[in-house]
Amino acid sequence: MSTNGAKPKFAMYWAAGCGGCEIAVLNIGEKILDVDANFEVVFWPVAMDAKYKDVEALEDGAITLCLFNGGIRNEENEAMARLLRRKSRILVSFGSCATEGCIPGLANLSRPQEVLDTAYNTLTTDNPQGLRPQYDYAMPEGIIHLPAFGSVVRTLDQVVPVDYYMPGCPPESHQIAAVVELVIKALHGEAELPPTGATIGAGISTVCDECPRQRNVKTIKQFVRIQAVEAIDPTLCLLEQGIPCNGPATRSGCGALCPRVSAQCIGCYGPAEGVADYGARLITAFASVVDATQPEEIERILDGIPDPAGQFYRFNLARSLLRAGKPAWSSSGVAG
Amino acid sequence: MPRITIDPITRLEGHGKIEIFLDEEGNVANTYFQIPELRGFERFCVGRPVEEMPLLTNRICGVCPEAHHMAAAKAADAVYRVTPPPAARKLRELLYSGFYFTDHTTHFYALGGPDFVMGPDAPVAERNLLGIIHKVGLEIGGKIIQARKYGHHIVEMIGGRKVHPCTSIPGGLTQGITEEQRAEIEQMGRWAIEFAQFSLKLFNDIVLGNKAYVDLILGDAYTHRTHYIGLVDANHKVNFYDGEVSVVDPEGVRIGQYKPAEYTDWIAEHVEPWTYLKFPYLRKIGWKGFVDGKDSGVYCATPLSRLNASDGMATPRAQEEYERFYATLGGKPVHQRLATHWARLVELLYAAERIVELATDPEITSPTVHTVPTEKPTEGVGIVEAPRGTLTHHYVTDERGLLTKVNLIVGTTNNYAPISMSIKKAAQSFIHKGVVVSEGILNRVEMAFRPYDPCFGCATHSLPGQMPLQITIRDAAGEPVEVLKQYC
Repeated sequence: MSTNGAKPKFAMYWAAGCGGCEIAVLNIGEKILDVDANFEVVFWPVAMDAKYKDVEALEDGAITLCLFNGGIRNEENEAMARLLRRKSRILVSFGSCATEGCIPGLANLSRPQEVLDTAYNTLTTDNPQGLRPQYDYAMPEGIIHLPAFGSVVRTLDQVVPVDYYMPGCPPESHQIAAVVELVIKALHGEAELPPTGATIGAGISTVCDECPRQRNVKTIKQFVRIQAVEAIDPTLCLLEQGIPCNGPATRSGCGALCPRVSAQCIGCYGPAEGVADYGARLITAFASVVDATQPEEIERILDGIPDPAGQFYRFNLARSLLRAGKPAWSSSGVAG
Repeated sequence: MPRITIDPITRLEGHGKIEIFLDEEGNVANTYFQIPELRGFERFCVGRPVEEMPLLTNRICGVCPEAHHMAAAKAADAVYRVTPPPAARKLRELLYSGFYFTDHTTHFYALGGPDFVMGPDAPVAERNLLGIIHKVGLEIGGKIIQARKYGHHIVEMIGGRKVHPCTSIPGGLTQGITEEQRAEIEQMGRWAIEFAQFSLKLFNDIVLGNKAYVDLILGDAYTHRTHYIGLVDANHKVNFYDGEVSVVDPEGVRIGQYKPAEYTDWIAEHVEPWTYLKFPYLRKIGWKGFVDGKDSGVYCATPLSRLNASDGMATPRAQEEYERFYATLGGKPVHQRLATHWARLVELLYAAERIVELATDPEITSPTVHTVPTEKPTEGVGIVEAPRGTLTHHYVTDERGLLTKVNLIVGTTNNYAPISMSIKKAAQSFIHKGVVVSEGILNRVEMAFRPYDPCFGCATHSLPGQMPLQITIRDAAGEPVEVLKQYC
């Protein structure tokens, strides 16, 4: 892909997210030097000083690889998604926020006005006039602008077409390193890139398949909150101890990090391959460990899950069938 | 009015934009430091179980998830009025010390340091971590990478993951550590002490050994006389994980100290309509606008603030550096913001020493790391020092432990007013009639925020949603006299 001997260009951008993806990239350790050796980093605000105008000045398609993390929460996120789509040959939906909305996607449960009223009326907010931020505000020196908010959090592919999806909150560093290595090999003609639209840097089964805990040993009469457990059994499946673990619906790739330290999987790698709706799959999995036949009994046990919306759609609400936005290509067509 | 826009500001975490307005002469009339993003955790955490807060609020900030994890865990402990066993408390602090070590290393070498090691006018393509590695050589570059790796490895051993740890629950931790893990952490801690000392020497040689940099640090362009706050232990020494918040005035006099549950007596947040972020200030003094001095409630919460607000460091080598810091800069408090980079390295050394102290504590491998809560959940406040400032989580729950109210005052937000003031002062100092506004000049304006190591990923936890239309009519002094609103 490299032309005229110049190094292919690399970009990374942080939209509505937490920056954990950027840290995960830095955590590939010495391999970051391979990125430096094989790519010219042209845009990466957290790490270097190129500005938006520098990206705008690039020719379309000039960036070979762009890792886009963060969801689409506001006008600026959307403009950057469109700009980077236009400038990039390979656009990766990098991490949970870009791919499925992640925790900030839970905002889609609230009306924007409720969110605003909450934030500007907290216990410590001194705001007797009920001020709210304004998109265009006239100060004595001129008008200053704030990016407008969308009514919901959207995934990157609900705004522009993407080439690959890389799940995880954040994607695990060894997975990032493997993807970087693959792209470098492909640039040298030593490997093939996967087909467009593929999920990369993850497995195709579930977290349970990577989890060392014993399964299919017992069924449960009740769900329990983790802080109420006297002693968590270090070897038995957490779900079979009644702790609501999301492993059965969640894509493999992390190595079952959380269950290994006796913490439940919370679902950050998103739905396993072929799962249309994450929550629906998880409900099925939970039902399968419940030891009951009577509807009332089943209901009582499931009531032990204190926050169903959060439990079943913690990372996935923006993408779920409940609140799915329209993919970009189904409405206005091409991006950019 | 003509303007210069810096968008986005770079080498920080998250988003920000600077608008610089010039008068007819070409001098700086005013600057606005806007935070253009927000997400809404205070709203959408309502309804969630309190034990999930250490996992959900991690996602406020992937740069300092450990800080949110700890503040959330402490607030959740308080909600249940449960005290974790001593080993759990110590393990949390050990994890947190490993995190500080890696985070301060990241800031010094990747975010703030390039301005000094490479120089403020170095080409954009070189003024970054990779530039530093090219300049100092691969051997030292390897050490920097190793330092970040060790810190994250400690976080992962205790917290289960390198980013977004998952083991803290109300009443303690899901599991403890083994003797093998303890020994490995101790070894990494001893290496960390050497690395911190090496970093201080590098700062000494490259920055303090260069008169131009020393003049830049000590000059007026980057100086503000504000109040300072920071968490201190029972001996008034800096502590990152626990204690009370000490408040000192611009003369360095301690004007108070508060427990987590008392934070609302001390801290309030001012609102401006041209940015999404609020401006915290000291409630007892009041919001007097973007001004420094004793009569202004503007305060600062940074590594420099923590040193100013404390009586020293709790470990011997860091204490020596603390003394050298004040002896070199002419006594306490120090107001020069660029000295924050140095203060951060003093804390880096403290974090490293604390890793070894805790890793050699005989109790640290105890298997007793959780106390099952027995009280009915109600309300609790948890405070830790995030690397970027005092972090406060305040939760109210129903009797099932589901959240009904959440208030978060995060590290960087504390510093929004002082950062805005620093940017304006730097712009006014460097941009004048007749000066060619080069990239290097604008970078000097950005150097005004970098000492604070701001994380606007953190700060923008609040407020997503569609903005209502609002018109504020201001008098000549800029004070709002009438507000017209229409919600769309």
